[in-house]
Amino acid sequence: MAITYVPISNVTVGSGGSSIIEFTSIPQTYTDLLLKLSLRSSLAGAHGGSAQMIFNNSTAQNYSFRYIRGSGNTSPSSAGTDGTSFIRVTNNHPTAGNTANTFCNSEIYIPNYTSSHSKTVSEDMVEENNTAECYLAVNSGIWTLTNAITSIKLTSEATSFVQYSTATLYGILKA
Amino acid sequence: MSETLTKVVVNCETGEQQVLPLTAEEIAQREADAAAFAAEQAAREAEAAAAAEAKANGIAKLLALGLTQEEADALIK
Repeated sequence: MAITYVPISNVTVGSGGSSIIEFTSIPQTYTDLLLKLSLRSSLAGAHGGSAQMIFNNSTAQNYSFRYIRGSGNTSPSSAGTDGTSFIRVTNNHPTAGNTANTFCNSEIYIPNYTSSHSKTVSEDMVEENNTAECYLAVNSGIWTLTNAITSIKLTSEATSFVQYSTATLYGILKA
Repeated sequence: MSETLTKVVVNCETGEQQVLPLTAEEIAQREADAAAFAAEQAAREAEAAAAAEAKANGIAKLLALGLTQEEADALIK
């Protein structure tokens, strides 16, 4: 059977936390990329985490994103933003007010990352929290530049990613 | 003593991982982004609270008109 799912790199945040996780020199030999995230940020309050995803260190306003999300406690909501300098992912991931030692569980799929077309992104994410309010979300995003993706930067919008947060990048090959 | 903000950079070709201090530009960007995100969150929360309050007010008025709780809930859905 062909190997179609290859771990490229894994990051585990160390003590002291980290504000940014960055994958550089991404091999151009796969068809798609899959990023699995388990994140928690250090901001006060609960559900306050999110991360900005930036490709190739490009902060020009060539990104857009949409999401639909619910917490099980209030009505689901949806929104989106155009012309941003990033795609927001893992929105509402755990922060200091969530149950201790809980993290989000997110999968971000990036098809055709070496193509000369716009790059699309889809994400499904749940957070963990041992109370009535616990978010889950589906997100989509687009980066309209046509460069192949060679680096992915994730920046915490909620102070820093805490210790034991992880990010793993996989390459997906055609079967 | 102020905390040193860091980033983890992994080179996918070599597997080398480095923990580096943020540049002044990255720190400034991060602060601006955090402020914008906090404002956005606050606005969203205020909007959700206003919607919940409007819903509760609506139900109260329906009950005052003589509807049962079940009937009011069915109309609000």
